[in-house]
Amino acid sequence: MPIEPVVKVLFILVVMVVGIAPVITWIERKQSAVMQDRIGANRADLSGITILGLLHPAADVIKLMTKEDVVPDGANRVLHLLSPLIAAVPAIIAFAVIPYGGVYQFGDTTINLVGADIDWGLLYIFAIGSIAAYGTVIAGWSSNNNWSMLGGLRASAQMISYEVTMGLTVVGVFMVFQTLRLTDMALAQDSIFWLFGIIPLPAWGIIYQPLGFLMFLTAIMAENKRPPFDIPEGESEIIAGYHLEYSGMRFGLFFMSEFIEIIIIAALTATIFLGGWAVPYLSTDVIIDAIASKMGVGFATGLCMLIHFATFMLKVFVMIWVQMLLRWSLPRFRYDQVMSLCWKIILPLSIANIFVTGLVILLVKGSG
Amino acid sequence: MVPIQHVIALSVILFGLGVIGVAMRRNIIVILMSIELMLNAANLAFVGFNRMWPVSDGAPALDGQVFVLIVITVAASEVAVGLGILLSMFRNRDSVNVEEVNLLKW
Amino acid sequence: MTAQAVLFYVFGILAVVGALGMLLNFRNIVASAMSLVVTMVALGAVYVTLEAYLVAAIQIMVYGGAIVVLFLFVVMLLNLSIDELPPGGQRFIKFAVGLGGLLILVRVLRAILGDPSAFAAPETLPDGYGGYAQLGVALYTDYVLLVEIASLLLLAAIVGALILAKRKIG
Repeated sequence: MPIEPVVKVLFILVVMVVGIAPVITWIERKQSAVMQDRIGANRADLSGITILGLLHPAADVIKLMTKEDVVPDGANRVLHLLSPLIAAVPAIIAFAVIPYGGVYQFGDTTINLVGADIDWGLLYIFAIGSIAAYGTVIAGWSSNNNWSMLGGLRASAQMISYEVTMGLTVVGVFMVFQTLRLTDMALAQDSIFWLFGIIPLPAWGIIYQPLGFLMFLTAIMAENKRPPFDIPEGESEIIAGYHLEYSGMRFGLFFMSEFIEIIIIAALTATIFLGGWAVPYLSTDVIIDAIASKMGVGFATGLCMLIHFATFMLKVFVMIWVQMLLRWSLPRFRYDQVMSLCWKIILPLSIANIFVTGLVILLVKGSG
Repeated sequence: MVPIQHVIALSVILFGLGVIGVAMRRNIIVILMSIELMLNAANLAFVGFNRMWPVSDGAPALDGQVFVLIVITVAASEVAVGLGILLSMFRNRDSVNVEEVNLLKW
Repeated sequence: MTAQAVLFYVFGILAVVGALGMLLNFRNIVASAMSLVVTMVALGAVYVTLEAYLVAAIQIMVYGGAIVVLFLFVVMLLNLSIDELPPGGQRFIKFAVGLGGLLILVRVLRAILGDPSAFAAPETLPDGYGGYAQLGVALYTDYVLLVEIASLLLLAAIVGALILAKRKIG
């Protein structure tokens, strides 16, 4: 019975999906409250003890599970039931290729802290991200409601447009790191990059591709239909758009899939652009040697594993904070602005980014 | 690895279902989707055969997979143009029943 | 039976079920399209079991994520549905055609599967088979003309689709 894959799957499901996603709902409430100079939701209590409102996610789950499950009259029941699943499953299975840590040797066992170390990891994420578009499209259509249909159509057009640009923006990173395997990408950022030969910088993707980072963050936030790109679920325009006719836990699934994708976005950006599990300026060997001189090598490797995992989670939470910041400071874009941003601004810029990256690589490698 | 007959059998089944779809259905969209199914069956045959003979003259040969990429490209452009034609047809006679497109019939 | 072989059969059967779902959904085109998505993704998984990784990713991205979405767009924009079952005698002819096709299919399948000739697949593949590195090299050195022609074809398709779908003003 292979223990390792089971542990990894359980970790992803229990810690990342069930554990962190409700915490993000709390983060959203509290961060928006702090940004808007108010207190936020803090009434949910357990016999009088409110821990800063941390019980609200639990209250949310209980509320959603006990609500009545309404299926509209003329709706297609099968598709209406399936679309929250089609939206949620790609978000969850994207966790399989994200590296939470490097490769660690304990005597003769090697532990690789990643679910599936596939060679084309980044392509896998884009492939299943393109399937996630169906959840919104089918939700919009199967609700037998004009507003839902409008939301669904807008969502599908937005999502397939931004898939294209999302792929093109990471081609620059691909050219720099020469690999699509996310573990190798994180490993390549575990060193120091000497700017002009004298300034040491961590060899992170954001140093090599700053424009790529900005464009990728924009494109993938638009793909997730997060504000400011939340035209499909525009609350003030089309009354919650494609998930209008969903209530109870089905709406909960849509809601959760959006928040799980926030974690995916944070984890992806952290892995590709912010160095993944790598501590800046302290590469793995430096850490292990420093600790191994005091305690044994086995203990040093274990502690290094924990340090790397903690660094990765710290970066994930920083990116979640950045996404929340963007969500609560920017107003919603108009639909034609969203589309023109994709096709007229990000697409030409990403192609120019590829061109300039290629030129720089040619000049640097050609001369060295 | 699965025996090559089974890969080709799967390809033949999908192709046959595609042909039956084109012959049997009256809705143009389903006919277009059946054509996509036929193209996919051909792609599967390409990939299967490439898996059978992955080297040629000592060097790895990926010709089948290159051609699959080109077939996917052709299928995408064909769907775009086909749906454009369907839109024009729908605007002119307000129906996507393929049996009503019979002005050139003798 | 290795895990690869088991997964091939599982996803192969899923692909056939999806194709049947597409064909036999007479009343609901959106359900047909979703069955086609099932077939496309199942075929992508089949390509993974055949170790053609880049082709699998592109199959899911392009076919499953773009082409069928295009179909769904058109269906939803035009709100299409027609009465599939033709009246009276024609219904018999349609089903007879379908049945005839099925019989030919079974005959061909028996011919293919009934002959266990000695075609053994090579178990050791060259390093990096099916990966993007080798495929990229092949595309841009041996088949660069094909890539350029494909890009021209895509350009022609874009222009053609735009012109066909444009609404005439005035």
